[in-house]
Amino acid sequence: MRSRLRRVQRASSLILALSLALVSACSSRAPSERARAVTIKGSDTMVILGQRFAEVYMQKHSGTVIQVTGGGSGTGIAALINGTTDIAQSSRPIKSSEAEQVKAKFGVEVIETPVALDGLAVYVHSSNPVNELSLAQLKAIYTGRITNWKDVGGPDLPIVLYSRENNSGTYVYFKEHVLENVDFAPTAQTLPGTAAVINAVAKDPKAIGYGGIAYGEGIKTLRIKRDEASPAVAPTWENVASGRYPISRELYFYTVGKPSHPVARDFIRWVLSPEGQAVVKDVGYYPLPEERRREIARRWEAR
Amino acid sequence: MLSLTAIATILLIFIFIFREALPILTDPEIQKEASVRHFFHPMEGSDAASRYMWQPIALVPKYSLIPLILGTLKTTLVALLIAAPLAIAAALYTSEFAPPRMRELIKPAVELLAGLPSVVLGFFALIVLATWIQRLLGLETRLNAITAGTALALALIPIIYTVSEDALNAVPQSLREASLSLGATRWQTAVHVVLPAALPGIFASLVLGFGRAVGETMIVLMASGNAAITSLRFTDSVRTLAATIAAELGEVVFGSPHYHVLFFIGALLFVVTFTVNSIGIYIIHRVQRRLQGGI
Repeated sequence: MRSRLRRVQRASSLILALSLALVSACSSRAPSERARAVTIKGSDTMVILGQRFAEVYMQKHSGTVIQVTGGGSGTGIAALINGTTDIAQSSRPIKSSEAEQVKAKFGVEVIETPVALDGLAVYVHSSNPVNELSLAQLKAIYTGRITNWKDVGGPDLPIVLYSRENNSGTYVYFKEHVLENVDFAPTAQTLPGTAAVINAVAKDPKAIGYGGIAYGEGIKTLRIKRDEASPAVAPTWENVASGRYPISRELYFYTVGKPSHPVARDFIRWVLSPEGQAVVKDVGYYPLPEERRREIARRWEAR
Repeated sequence: MLSLTAIATILLIFIFIFREALPILTDPEIQKEASVRHFFHPMEGSDAASRYMWQPIALVPKYSLIPLILGTLKTTLVALLIAAPLAIAAALYTSEFAPPRMRELIKPAVELLAGLPSVVLGFFALIVLATWIQRLLGLETRLNAITAGTALALALIPIIYTVSEDALNAVPQSLREASLSLGATRWQTAVHVVLPAALPGIFASLVLGFGRAVGETMIVLMASGNAAITSLRFTDSVRTLAATIAAELGEVVFGSPHYHVLFFIGALLFVVTFTVNSIGIYIIHRVQRRLQGGI
């Protein structure tokens, strides 16, 4: 019994030593690899988009390596500041304090490049008779000033709020653009991910939730009015692209100046081309409107 | 060598967490926004819910730990109230009444429950349990302290059961024989002789269960709704200390007050679970020594 225990111990220390050796081998090879691979890091909302960009680009340009990882918009921008990524993906605009940090560290301005559009949808249970809300009503609901559906033309039922975790770009965007920086009501339940929000709303006739534009069973997507006088707009591609849908946002790439890495430069140029923008639609986001795309591409070339 | 590595690892983690939490107590820049005073002192407001708020992403960040501590205690209480009677009764049954074959069946089955990943338990609670409980009790919110506590109870049962069962088994056979020979029934022997003798061990199992419940993250993150509401009602959604770290550490700005607050919470959890687990293990060892020494 004892000897067997000792054998197990010896075996596990061997495994430990082997894995340590493996790790050190990998890390000693890393510098040469980094010289070739472009790294993209940031928003979890954009990680699939970034990966599709990279896949299609690498297929067309053999020999290039682009690695895409998530972690969140803030993580990506922090990595850009620390110099550990070539491109940061972010679903929120960079904060001025972050941009200053880049400037102070590298002596170059950070460059913001919008690469796609995304709209935030507001969901309710499919049995809810409410079809449209204004931005002001939405704000009142999420800050806790309106707590019953009958105040917005629905049944006499309390409103149950579903929100996202406060580390998500979606949360920050909703807070800034819909709540105008007023705090969420403390009763708002926060769930990890749009899928969890949709699931919760689908099971609760009193619920309201927000997230990326997606369609699920048992939920209804509301039409949104910019103010009481304007028409209610559904979150469709035409409405997001034309800017008529009030809760839409741009998704960004951030770089420290124009990146020194030639592949990174060419990659961004490609993303801004009609070919790159076609990928956006495949993933389920909205390509930049043609005029805006041309303007951004021109601005990128002029740098 | 392996045990030394383990001790060194724990020590290093300990040092790391406390070093990152320290600025809360020492750095005046950070204390302006987040200090121990902010954590526990009430803010201006008309009711408890607005005096104690956790809103770290705001123009004026609010870092009251009261709703988080309350949430942690509420889920833990529900979990212990459900898990303890079930697990202790099961332990008493398997150690005193069950025929050997039955024991061979029940023991591994309960211990198998300990192997369930907590994310699976959490998902089960989120999708299935929440609906059942809401229908059963007619609750306003699907995800609340009761739902999270019930799911958490499933994770506690194996711990409480295993330790209690060991404690009951450690009671010397001579005690049972003496009781039975005096004419007591098996039931009387179990309840009035064996159970009291094993009580310190059972208490230790509850203490260990408490430690697990306080530190458990994934289940409560998924099943509690994570709204930091300061209230004593168990039907409200709750946000626990551990779930807050898991949810927010991913994207917090490195070195910001919020970052250090999260580490402070981590240090708090570390101290609580470490103390509680040490007490539990100490009791177990003492009981074992006393029973082995013979009474």
